[in-house]
Amino acid sequence: MWNLDSDRPIYVQLVERLQIQIVSGQYAPGQKLPSVRELAAAAAVNPNTMQKAFAELEGSGLVVTQSTSGRMVTEDSDLIRNTRKRMAIQKAEQFFSGMKELGFAKEEAMALLEERL
Amino acid sequence: MNELVEIAGLTKAYDAQHVAVNNITLTLPRGKIIGLLGPNGSGKTTLIKMLNGLLTPTQGTIRINGQAVGVETKARVAYLPDRTYLAGAKKVSEILNYFCDFYADFSRERAMGMLQSLGIDPGARMNALSKGTKEKVQLMLVMSRDADLYVLDEPIAGVDPAARDYIMRTIINNYNPQASVLISTHLIGDIEQVLDEVIFMRYGCLLLYTSVDNIRAQHGKSVDAYFREVFAC
Repeated sequence: MWNLDSDRPIYVQLVERLQIQIVSGQYAPGQKLPSVRELAAAAAVNPNTMQKAFAELEGSGLVVTQSTSGRMVTEDSDLIRNTRKRMAIQKAEQFFSGMKELGFAKEEAMALLEERL
Repeated sequence: MNELVEIAGLTKAYDAQHVAVNNITLTLPRGKIIGLLGPNGSGKTTLIKMLNGLLTPTQGTIRINGQAVGVETKARVAYLPDRTYLAGAKKVSEILNYFCDFYADFSRERAMGMLQSLGIDPGARMNALSKGTKEKVQLMLVMSRDADLYVLDEPIAGVDPAARDYIMRTIINNYNPQASVLISTHLIGDIEQVLDEVIFMRYGCLLLYTSVDNIRAQHGKSVDAYFREVFAC
């Protein structure tokens, strides 16, 4: 069962999870993906919701459908790299906005980061 | 014929003061897992009993697969009532035989597989089983049919969390784009992840029929939290 937040749309979280698995290389470029049904069972979510997440990933091009062999990860490594970068920027922005909430200036936040390395 | 269930102007009045279901019009599509949610006394079980032909509507119609509720629809609807109806003196295996005999769409193989996963001895007598195990047996019987519509009235209330997870997985694995599952429950948080859509009922009326992700996107909270807000006492 995947750990999902209860206050955000489920399919959005499934998209995020699958994106992470793709950009981190858990699913390699060109690798065949498990079926919607298998992934829905693993995540303990509705198969229609998993289907919707896949449709979104196909829309962005990260996942491609081949009529013969089901769905696979794109072989477009630029697309994967760009997605990874975009997700990393988002994480960084989340960090800084969290630190701002705590009253940290940018420099203080950076100093803390350095210290924790 | 594509719509699975068509409910039009459905009303059930036990007497002039007690209108349990009040003028509900609702169409349920195929291939969905739908939660039927509402506070106690909101009419959920009355609606379910009418879907199964156990109560006759005062007004309005129900069509399942385009047919009025009757022998043909009962053969295509698998129903888990809110209380037990299996004879206590019977062994689980005898009840299996009974279901095989009774329902053309019953899969003994699927039933045996579920008994095994749940660790239930087919040789055990029903009245020797705990309350929760009895409920598991009943649900296993219902889910072993190849029905078009599964109607589950409070399927998980009496079972432990691990068995709940198993039941949820069973519903997911059993998913069929031609069939739908209607689940009435108060344990919303436990099941909302597997639901497509939810129906909210209040005072016998249809309050809301929308998707789980719509509620989460619009209100930024879980269906469980939204329910608590809508029906706050």
